Amino acid sequence: MTKFVVNGHEFESNDPPDMPLLWALRDRLKMTGTKFGCGIGLCGACTVIIDGQAKRSCQVPISNVAGKAITTIEGLAPIETPTAIQAAWIAEQVPQCGYCQSGMIMAATALLARKPNPSDADIDEAMTNICRCGTYPRVRRAIHRAAGATASAQPAIAPATGAAHE
Amino acid sequence: MSKLTRRVFLATGVTVGAGLALGAGYLATIDTDGLAGGDGHNGAAKLNAWVEIRPDGTIRIAVPRAEMGQGIYTGIAMLIAEELEITLDPKTVIIEHPDELLPVYTNFVGALSKRPEDMGGPIDWTMKKVYASVPFILTGGSSSIVDGYHSMRLAGATARTMLVEAAAVRWGVAADSCHAANGRVLHQASGRSVAYAEVARDAARRTPPSNPKLKTQDEFKLIGTPQQRLDIPDKTRGTATFGIDTVLPDMLFATVVQSPVFGGRVKSVDSTAAMALPGVKKVVDLGDAVGVIGETYYHAHKAAAALAIVWDDQGHGGLSTASVSADYLKALETGKPYVKRNDGDVDAALKNGQVIEATYETPLLAHAPMEPMNTTALFKDGKFEIWSPNQSPTVVRWAALKANDKAKDVVIHTTIMGGAFGRRADGDMVNQAAALAVAMPGVPVKLVWSREEDILHDTYRPSAIARMRGVIGADGKPTAVDFKNATQSAFLSFSRRNMPFEMGGDSDPANIEGAVEMPYAIPNVRVATTTIETPIPLGFWRSVGNSNTAFYVESFIDELAAAAKADPMDFRRDLLKHDPRRLAVADALKEKSGWATKLEGTGRGRGVALHTSFRTHVGEVAEVTVAADGSLKVDRVVCVVDCGQVVNPNTVEAQVEGAVIFALSALVYGEITIEKGRVVQGNFDRYDMVRLAQSPKIEVHIMPSRELPGGIGEPGTPPLFAAVTNAIFAATGKRIRKLPIAGQGFVLG
Repeated sequence: MTKFVVNGHEFESNDPPDMPLLWALRDRLKMTGTKFGCGIGLCGACTVIIDGQAKRSCQVPISNVAGKAITTIEGLAPIETPTAIQAAWIAEQVPQCGYCQSGMIMAATALLARKPNPSDADIDEAMTNICRCGTYPRVRRAIHRAAGATASAQPAIAPATGAAHE
Repeated sequence: MSKLTRRVFLATGVTVGAGLALGAGYLATIDTDGLAGGDGHNGAAKLNAWVEIRPDGTIRIAVPRAEMGQGIYTGIAMLIAEELEITLDPKTVIIEHPDELLPVYTNFVGALSKRPEDMGGPIDWTMKKVYASVPFILTGGSSSIVDGYHSMRLAGATARTMLVEAAAVRWGVAADSCHAANGRVLHQASGRSVAYAEVARDAARRTPPSNPKLKTQDEFKLIGTPQQRLDIPDKTRGTATFGIDTVLPDMLFATVVQSPVFGGRVKSVDSTAAMALPGVKKVVDLGDAVGVIGETYYHAHKAAAALAIVWDDQGHGGLSTASVSADYLKALETGKPYVKRNDGDVDAALKNGQVIEATYETPLLAHAPMEPMNTTALFKDGKFEIWSPNQSPTVVRWAALKANDKAKDVVIHTTIMGGAFGRRADGDMVNQAAALAVAMPGVPVKLVWSREEDILHDTYRPSAIARMRGVIGADGKPTAVDFKNATQSAFLSFSRRNMPFEMGGDSDPANIEGAVEMPYAIPNVRVATTTIETPIPLGFWRSVGNSNTAFYVESFIDELAAAAKADPMDFRRDLLKHDPRRLAVADALKEKSGWATKLEGTGRGRGVALHTSFRTHVGEVAEVTVAADGSLKVDRVVCVVDCGQVVNPNTVEAQVEGAVIFALSALVYGEITIEKGRVVQGNFDRYDMVRLAQSPKIEVHIMPSRELPGGIGEPGTPPLFAAVTNAIFAATGKRIRKLPIAGQGFVLG
């Protein structure tokens, strides 16, 4: 049996220890906000936060999260009070199909926790998730907005803005 | 997809034939207006086929077009809300894809390439009724706004008029002394007002007005203004429910292993080892695939890997990318050309000057939307219930019935989609899910493909080889362009898999669309195609044939400009003087891109491409930096878009930004190769995508226009290819004629 904590709630799993956390979340706990994209840790759609680190849950067997605290997209905030990142995502109208966005937001959440004012280079490095709709320019703007680096709603990407805060 | 069924019906003579067979009397009963009121869902008052008002004031808007990321739920809602006089607030406006396949939900532009409001006369009437009787519902061909621009505003105006009339009757005043605003009817003279919800039941029983007056463009309050999308808040919380997120009581999970060789069949399957694994419920032979049903996807996927399947490749094991290319080249030389355009005398003109010739080659491409293929199906009491992310519930219905043609009913819940780009027009995964559900009656089964199955069994953008020849006249302008390509027909492949009819082949418009409509003032132009057939499954990839032809044509025009020693931008502008809209796009592009300014730095280059598709004109200028080692950076892409009357500029910008990045991934990395009858790639490790760090700065400029709307989901894609390769030529002098550029010595840094 494997015990772990998701968004503050403790769960017990009787599944084989090699079951990826992704499928425990989606198919056992019916928490479908975390997405399946590639199954080999490349696309980032399944990103969750484990002990403060952004992790690709398709590559994390449940045996590795025994006793650990996991945050998924559902655990970020109550619906009426979005986090600064979620609010920035809405303000910049980031999502198109939206499928990769849970993973994007979790990766951005971990980035901002680590670097409150990330530079463009920091964003480039941290945000390796694949988005087929091509929301990348808006993802970058939303992260800067959430970081408070862009106070205005200027639509153009401002590459120098983040760097100036480094 | 737009000409799909028209071609089916025309080709088989069914249009008029079916009309006659069905009878005018029967066709007259097919409702193609949808404007009558009645009882709606969950106790709501139904004002028409699109608008329902619930007792709590919530307004339900039925959008029979699939939301795949293109923002159509918001776009259609804006058209209705403009006339209905409501505020678009996600808390009070609910958008749903309707489950009912009503005739009036037919995509008439998709079916007939003609705006429904322009359809008059007995032939149009008959065709409209025949398609509605199918009914032909699909989302594709960038057609939803084109199709709905008039009819959705009419639906809003009709509903509003009925609400105003109902309130006026209640108050005993003249309807024309009342007006509507913000979801209420007001009688200014007496200061009375009433919420829509309070008079909705009365309104729903009224006869719809025959010709409610629609707002002029000057009177628009919503249309043309940037609106936040209604679906975005849920997409930031993980609460948006995609097809793959379907959760049902006692649901089981399934996955499939499909014949690695296209067209192959299961010879035998030994499931002993798979069934011995924990959580495995059933192994099902699907003929060309084997399905495994388990407690979770993990269990099904693990068991699938333990299957021992012997395949019969049906003689297709010798197919390869090289063999297909060789067949294309042969077809170019000896294949019977299907000539779609023949202006002037091309052969004579080609003898009259030095011929410039170029051969271009483009690969098979996969769609690879982020949400893997999936469908949830339940077969119970002889009926199917399907939860499906799909672009055509009509195709879904056919696909389910193929799994059991005795089924009494097929109820389809169309979900939002995690991307589609044309892939989810196909019913292959629906058919599999339905067959698995039949094998597990009474239990909902969610079929999810692995990413590997998705890449190995896509319905690919056809590859092609195009040969272009041209001559520059003494005045420096081209006198002739001769275009011929060899490709495969997407429609033929699609129809064989999905339609009750077979169509396509040499006459498939997708083979050469975008080349046929080459807009430049060139006196002698010939556009021809020839096709080969292979077992490769083909389909519609964002912008369809335009994704190929825009690369050839806009590369070749650049080659002609170079031969004429002309500036590539001015060379094009000079050939567009007869065409004010396209010329205006080129002029704006020249200005916005700063074309006349010099690019600073070494290895820099700028390239331009213009292309019209789906009634929308797009021009793009790419700026690149190429290092000595071939490492490439696309620094900036400037886009100018004329899509006629804009509905939501926020969406237009997003779609064009997205199209640029979608096309850039294909340009740089996109290539599906075949060896021994099977696809070599299998996941994002070998079918790579552009990431955030590699994204160019993208600027989108929208031309102000009052022309009727064009499409916007696809038209940003085609010009990007040649804009970048022309920029690489400007930077390096190297002309790229074969895609992707990763195979041509360039690496995206």
